[in-house]
Amino acid sequence: MKKLVYGLIILLAILHQDFWLWDSQYLVFDIVPIGLAYHAGISLAAALLWIAAIKYCWPDDVELLEEEIMHESDAAGGAR
Amino acid sequence: MSPAQTSVWIILGYLGLLIALGIYTSRKFKGTASDYFLASRGIGWFLLVMSLFGTTMTAFALIGSTGESFKAGVGVYGMMASSSGIVHSAVFFLVGIKLWAFGARHGYVTQIQFFRDRFESDKLGIILFPVLVGLVIPYLLIGVMGAGVTIENVTGGAFPSLFAGGGVGPTAAKAGAIPYWLGSGGICLVVLVYVFLGGVRGAAWANAFQTLVFIVLGIVTFFVISSELGGMKHATDQVVEMNPHSLRRTVRADDPLTRYNESKKFFDAKLVEWHKQPKSKKGPIPVAPQKPHSMTQLHFLTYLLIPLSVGMFPHLFQHWLTAKSAKSFKPAVILHPLLIMLVWVPCVMLGIWATSAMFGDPPKPVIPWGQGNPNAVLGQMVAVLTKGGGTGILPGLLTAGVLAAIMSSLDSQFLCIGSIFANDIVAHYLGHDRVSDRQKVVYGRVFVILIVVVTYLLSLQRPGSVFTLAVWCFSGFSGLFPLVFASIYWKRVTKAGAYACVIVMAAVWCWLFAQSGYGAKREFLFLGMMPVATILAASTLALIVVSLMTSPPGEKTLAKFFKS
Repeated sequence: MKKLVYGLIILLAILHQDFWLWDSQYLVFDIVPIGLAYHAGISLAAALLWIAAIKYCWPDDVELLEEEIMHESDAAGGAR
Repeated sequence: MSPAQTSVWIILGYLGLLIALGIYTSRKFKGTASDYFLASRGIGWFLLVMSLFGTTMTAFALIGSTGESFKAGVGVYGMMASSSGIVHSAVFFLVGIKLWAFGARHGYVTQIQFFRDRFESDKLGIILFPVLVGLVIPYLLIGVMGAGVTIENVTGGAFPSLFAGGGVGPTAAKAGAIPYWLGSGGICLVVLVYVFLGGVRGAAWANAFQTLVFIVLGIVTFFVISSELGGMKHATDQVVEMNPHSLRRTVRADDPLTRYNESKKFFDAKLVEWHKQPKSKKGPIPVAPQKPHSMTQLHFLTYLLIPLSVGMFPHLFQHWLTAKSAKSFKPAVILHPLLIMLVWVPCVMLGIWATSAMFGDPPKPVIPWGQGNPNAVLGQMVAVLTKGGGTGILPGLLTAGVLAAIMSSLDSQFLCIGSIFANDIVAHYLGHDRVSDRQKVVYGRVFVILIVVVTYLLSLQRPGSVFTLAVWCFSGFSGLFPLVFASIYWKRVTKAGAYACVIVMAAVWCWLFAQSGYGAKREFLFLGMMPVATILAASTLALIVVSLMTSPPGEKTLAKFFKS
């Protein structure tokens, strides 16, 4: 799953280079240029992918370290 | 009271509110250097989201994006905003969390402390200090200049008996406007006051407050301006009719290029007038408008490297260390692309509309033909289009929103510069046990004042556009990204490799900056690419080659940073 999420992030970076829309003047809802609407979609997709990254790719060592620091902090009387 | 004077009082009221917030947060100050510089590592997720976002969004995001889309069209969003949504969050996730962990484990307060320790080199700090401070100064300039320009544009006519206005070209000011030097100086002073009072906690609170203010007021500006332009569809239709190239990334042979052609006529007339003037009365020669051109694929692609700069921003490093826990990063990573979208989409639309927006009867362009200063576009739109109600309340509020975006970056930058100086230079060389917490805070404050004075004096020269300055500054930080990435993920990186990376980055950056006429060539590309591509390639290569040629770091250091 971890590899899939990282793969999708790389794919998103590739899709960012939207050469097929370079010369398009199409207006979404007659207002927003497609070149802007598409990239707003890239921003939304990025947020969704980061949700997946946090769920499946969160660094375990940081979690462990955090627990370790909490224990040390408790042992030292709660002062950090 | 005139509408312009109402705007001024609203802006002053907002600045007063920030100082009050500084006073409030100063009550929470525990008196220690760790509390002043890192808020005792106790910032929760909400303040972290807001401070990371508020810090990365500068005058560049509001004023620069509007100005640049006015100049270059819709491609600006893809180049800087959606790319940042991917890259910034990736950096928070892959670099920020790890650095937070190292900071929490080993007690780092600044970036330089981490690098000194990681590369077992005291002198690396001596090289990094001027490089980081040198790159932060243009970043500060972006904010200081943006503030001065915005205030000057919105307050035209407020105090004609006090300020005569005048000047020529892009720096011309309306009579009665609060002059650029006063507006930018005043903003520096307010930020200094609330940062001095509340330290990084004050900055985080102010960031959260200001980020909410600029998001809300940015959206309000967007709807008010689009309504004043006769609705979004009408505003877009005018662009289709007059400057359709702004809606795509190409310029076609049959494009009407109305703004360019009208600006060219304006320029030709100005030039004739300029030649007629006697030598003694001649001002600077008028600047010719730039003919619109297509955006190249390579230019767009290499822009993707610019947002890597966040990995090396010293002020962002400091914000990362303030986090209460690693979990605090989760909402920041997810929400960052959405917040960027919320701010940038309206600004880019406003910039595109500004190319063709007309008002009045007979219709006049909202942004006059021949307007050569893209930094002024947002301020001018607000000033021209929101005075219809005649009260000046809205322009005042909207200006407060723009200033909020600017100040939410300046505060962190001021603070981090002070922190670097106090911790990495004074306390490091005098001995941490010989410098008390109180002294560290004082040294930090004194150094900040010095840097702010230098930045302010530089800003009076108005060096280049906000966008150009920002891109050069970000390119330098991006060029150092391999250093921080390798320090976390590559065991084999060595002290000599780190030196090579920093020195090569600085050398290539200086060389390319000189090639660009020290920023004068605003659209400077090297081999058809953004200069950052060359800088990053050179610094990465230097880091890898020199590391492989030199002895690996000691086992003790590796064990410290690579516990498996």
